[in-house]
Amino acid sequence: MWDYLVYFVNATVLAAALRMATPLIFTSLGGIFAERSGVINIGLEGMMLIGAFTGMLTSYFTGQPWLGLIGALIAGALMGLVHAVAAVTYKVNQVVSGTAINIFAVGVTVFLLRWIFDVAGTSPSVSRVPVVTIPLVNRIPVIGQIIGTHNIMVYLALVLVVIVHIFLFKTVWGLRLRSVGEHPKAADTVGIDVFLTRYLAVITSGALAGLGGAYLSIAHLSRFGDQMTAGRGFIALAAMIFGKWTPFGALGASLLFGFANAVQMRLQELGIPSQFVQMVPYILTMIALAGFIGRATPPKAIGKPYKKE
Amino acid sequence: MRKILTLFFVFALLFALPMGQYAEANQLKVGVVFSIGGLGDESFNDAAFRGATQARDDFGIQLDYVEPDDIAEMEDHQRAFVQEGYDLVIAIGFLQESGLEAVARDYPDAKLAIVDSDYLADMPNVASLVFKEHEGSFLAGYLAGSMTETGVVGFVGGMEVPVIFNFQTGYEQGVEYANPDATVLINYAGDFGDPGTGKELAVSQFERGADIIYHAAGGTGMGVFEAAEENNFYAIGVDSEQDGIAPGYILTSMLKRVDVAVYNIIADLVQGEFNAGVHRFGVADGGVGLTDFPYTDHLIPDEVKQNIEVIKEMIIDGQIEVSSAHD
Repeated sequence: MWDYLVYFVNATVLAAALRMATPLIFTSLGGIFAERSGVINIGLEGMMLIGAFTGMLTSYFTGQPWLGLIGALIAGALMGLVHAVAAVTYKVNQVVSGTAINIFAVGVTVFLLRWIFDVAGTSPSVSRVPVVTIPLVNRIPVIGQIIGTHNIMVYLALVLVVIVHIFLFKTVWGLRLRSVGEHPKAADTVGIDVFLTRYLAVITSGALAGLGGAYLSIAHLSRFGDQMTAGRGFIALAAMIFGKWTPFGALGASLLFGFANAVQMRLQELGIPSQFVQMVPYILTMIALAGFIGRATPPKAIGKPYKKE
Repeated sequence: MRKILTLFFVFALLFALPMGQYAEANQLKVGVVFSIGGLGDESFNDAAFRGATQARDDFGIQLDYVEPDDIAEMEDHQRAFVQEGYDLVIAIGFLQESGLEAVARDYPDAKLAIVDSDYLADMPNVASLVFKEHEGSFLAGYLAGSMTETGVVGFVGGMEVPVIFNFQTGYEQGVEYANPDATVLINYAGDFGDPGTGKELAVSQFERGADIIYHAAGGTGMGVFEAAEENNFYAIGVDSEQDGIAPGYILTSMLKRVDVAVYNIIADLVQGEFNAGVHRFGVADGGVGLTDFPYTDHLIPDEVKQNIEVIKEMIIDGQIEVSSAHD
């Protein structure tokens, strides 16, 4: 029995879970920024895709994957800006604006890939960010195997969780951001610029989603493929909700989804279809929303454009 | 300003005129509707295009084609070709089957063909061009079974659909033929465009001992190649010659010669022998097969190469019967 269990859950499976959770961590942190400020960001998927493409493109032309990350960050931020202009300034329905970004991202990446490289489907191979080994940690049995050696983006994601947590809950800027998402009118009354706060939050959201996409194209893999995000933006959205709009919650949910995915790869041997595990994030999200695991309460002003009186 | 704009639109309209009307009146006209991805995919569509242009050069037909952006458009393009009086309309890829079904019903006199689907086998005006993927995959499986050092080989499929089961079962039979004790690990990604999952599936198989992994997973397979490069095992490509994507790490590719199929159906049309119904392309007619090992020739023992040729002959004369997933 024990042998059996170890076959399905062991250090290599957990390391794979961490690799698969990483893009979800970046992107769900991005989701938290936007939604905590009161703006729904269903465009995370498209922002990831644009990030993945730009990361690949920058790395291809400069040979520098680090610049690729910066390129992805900027491209994601620009998509965030587009969303902010539509959702904050022009008060477009936020779901519509986000969906438009998702559709746009698919079209523009397919088009540009073809236009620039004259190929369809997959880009050429590019250089990617390095894999690093943490000294000492990698010598610890089991744990070393799980977290000792990864590409550097994996560690960056974990560090970002802590940074975003501190920002949101321990700094005055975080408090302002949250107040704008809960009660924008009250925030406005005390002199917080609601529009500016939301703009910055949504732009940051796009930048983080862009990094999540770049993880796929220039960290985990070394090329871009059409629609390679394959729904991870939506899973990240689910992780954000399941994690109750908190960084550590989103981390936990991302790890859980990554783990489910890694285990199902071995469970397929038992004839459990892959589709079953693909449903897991959505089922868990519905359970969370239905209030079975504590209460998942979104920020109060979410989805409502703010009108200054 | 207004005049300039008007002029601009007139010119734009000029470009939109179908160039086909300048063709000679008695020239045969063939229209091709490509699959999603379009030209430049270094796979299915490009192969179809090679076959069609070869036929154009050999027979002097008029060839026109469109590259749809999504499934919904396909039927309109098929219909447009038929309405404009094309003698043969070829739809590439099984995604077009429902569109073509409607067109085939509305135009019983049209000559139509579809690649990679036998869903319309009963239509009196549709030629279904399908491949014996299981025969080609048997060769790939034989190679993997002969070359494995660990006795474990892998298969990564895209989605669990009938055509991919065909690849899987042929591969399994080939591995068993070469090495009855070998284990074949099977995984499906649930997606044809998710290289991230493809890579993790391949890594997971590698960690379970696999040293050769065959993919039939479209874009997802790119992740299998990356895993092979990183972990130093061998992969086997699919559909078109993928050996150059990770030179030295891709033992061979199982070729589906869409070009052969498209060329042959146009040749049939030219000779007045167009037949509806199912046309199956297998090892015997060169419709499926392996590459010539452009980067891995030195890795594969001569004995194995000779055996592959022997097995081909045995498949052709029926000594080896590779069963498909549909049998």
